[in-house]
Amino acid sequence: MKILTILKQVPDAESRVRVQHGSLDLTGATYVLDGMDEYGVEAALRVRESGVDAEIVAVGYGPAATDQAVRTALAMGADRAVLLEGDAFHDPLTVALALADVVREEAADLVFVGGKQADWDSAALGPALAEALGWAHVDWTTAFDLDGDAFEAVHDVDDGSETLRGRLPVVVTTQQGLNEPRYPTLPNIMKARRKTLDTRAADVGQDRMVVTGHAGTERERRRVMLDGDARSAAGELVRRLRDEAKVLREEGR
Amino acid sequence: MILIVAEHAHGAARKSAFELVAAGRTLAAATGAPLAALVIGADASSVATELAGFVPDVHVVADPALEPMRSEMTTRAVVHAAEALGARVVLVPGSRSGQSYGPRVAMRLGGAYLEDVTDVSFEGTAVVAQRPTYLARVSAAVRTEAERVVVSVKLGAIAVAPLADTTGEVHRLDVPFSDDDRRLEPGPRQAAAKGRVALEEADVVVCGGRGFGSSEAFERHVVGLADRLGAGVGATRAVVDAGWRPYGEQIGQTGKAVAPSLYLALAVSGAVQHLSGMNRSRVIVAVNKDADAPIFKVADYGIVGDVLEVVPALEEALAGRD
Ligand SMILES: Cc1cc2nc3c(=O)[nH]c(=O)nc-3n(C[C@H](O)[C@H](O)[C@H](O)COP(=O)(O)OP(=O)(O)OC[C@H]3O[C@@H](n4cnc5c(N)ncnc54)[C@H](O)[C@@H]3O)c2cc1C
Repeated sequence: MKILTILKQVPDAESRVRVQHGSLDLTGATYVLDGMDEYGVEAALRVRESGVDAEIVAVGYGPAATDQAVRTALAMGADRAVLLEGDAFHDPLTVALALADVVREEAADLVFVGGKQADWDSAALGPALAEALGWAHVDWTTAFDLDGDAFEAVHDVDDGSETLRGRLPVVVTTQQGLNEPRYPTLPNIMKARRKTLDTRAADVGQDRMVVTGHAGTERERRRVMLDGDARSAAGELVRRLRDEAKVLREEGR
Repeated sequence: MILIVAEHAHGAARKSAFELVAAGRTLAAATGAPLAALVIGADASSVATELAGFVPDVHVVADPALEPMRSEMTTRAVVHAAEALGARVVLVPGSRSGQSYGPRVAMRLGGAYLEDVTDVSFEGTAVVAQRPTYLARVSAAVRTEAERVVVSVKLGAIAVAPLADTTGEVHRLDVPFSDDDRRLEPGPRQAAAKGRVALEEADVVVCGGRGFGSSEAFERHVVGLADRLGAGVGATRAVVDAGWRPYGEQIGQTGKAVAPSLYLALAVSGAVQHLSGMNRSRVIVAVNKDADAPIFKVADYGIVGDVLEVVPALEEALAGRD
């Protein structure tokens, strides 16, 4: 069988993100393979290690520098990679359509997609890709087991978690808890350099939605520090929450 | 027309449904377009009646297989309704389920998807919205001219709508489901902590971090304080990873995003991934023994101290409040 794992590169969480005059300033940011995508690579490797005969193809999309993220996946153990090179930003639905072409061309059975992107804060790519393929999807997945072409998955829902059973093909989106991604070892990093990376220009259509500006989200905060011992600080806090911020309801004891 | 998808639980509409009514009314008023609600479920009649107090038309799709929510069945129902009613904009909640069928509906309609927005409006014929990006540190303005637009609205971002003074009509909608819509078979469910307010709907959230040191201390102090305040209980990833609390209580990038009136962050360091789930809270209180903890940068009120002393003192102060 063939497993695809979709990758993108995002600014490291510690990188500074600034907004100046309505545009985004990411100068000096370090880029890494999105942590949510890493869970997908690891999940694919574990399916293979459970005894399934599978080829694992890492599929990256984004600017040329995304080859770093793709190399990380190869060093973790993916067999080969495809990089759809294109602009840093596209509407997730547009990306999904371009990726669907690759999934069909590869005749994949199982696709892992990061549950939520750390740059666009989007959880849409997995469901959109499944829809473009006419496949089912499982989102926010915390456990995934395959037996032949039947799978059982546990995923997060609004009020807890749910088990889902189904058959391949399927798109699975990741969630924290799915696994602990392995670190690439030095020998594997060396080996990854010899693996095939097929770079091609992404064939994306017209974006259905465009970004027209940016703003920071930092709010004005009071930043009042309450001093004194625990008792007096706590007393002062309650008074201020009630009288100044007006967020304590009187009937709540 | 503007169509809202009203989600519900235990026979009552969720808070998100009334947030969507508010958003839908604004869009409808701006264009003179009619507003309708769609209720999907096994037996959605009580929810439909409830919604009829808020919108002029409520369409109901009822099928036993619709509960628990299945993404593909819901997609079919929403697409069918949107096409049958000629919806320009479909508003869905930014819940886990809304984010599951929302992109599918947009794709199947050949339209655009504006995801997890904090507000939405018309600008001429375009639909424009604001949405958080970069772990909620940035708000991006987005715009689409698409003929059909699906918008998921971030939970808690818009104030709920008041009752209308007319009674709406309830209509039944028959949807031709296919076997494929049922290809995933739902198995056992694990419910998050029962009897407590849903985190995203809570007006007050008490969140505890690793600094409590044990699940017992967390239970006594964080859950204890939350119960006193009628608040939701939140946890950091460190706490969830330690196995003290279930995932369902995690707040942040990979957990839930909340925007209560009051958020108490107790022994929480304030990592970027955590802040992205709570930085829209109206008032933030931080208690941490480290005066340099990043959480103080976003706090309205801060106390430098040991939570094991400050929380009991807080309980005492609250008890003596009236
Ligand atoms: C991909 C990814 C996704 C993530 N998603 C999330 C997410 O959704 N939510 C999330 O929360 N995190 C998330 N994280 C983890 C995040 O980076 C932090 O590690 C986490 O939030 C830390 O939790 P904490 O504040 O409880 O623990 P710590 O960072 O260990 O902080 C504990 C704090 O408690 C204070 N303290 C200790 N003892 C006391 C005491 N007795 N009294 C008062 N203060 C005390 C300390 O000074 C410290 O500030 C994610 C990380 C990654 C890489």
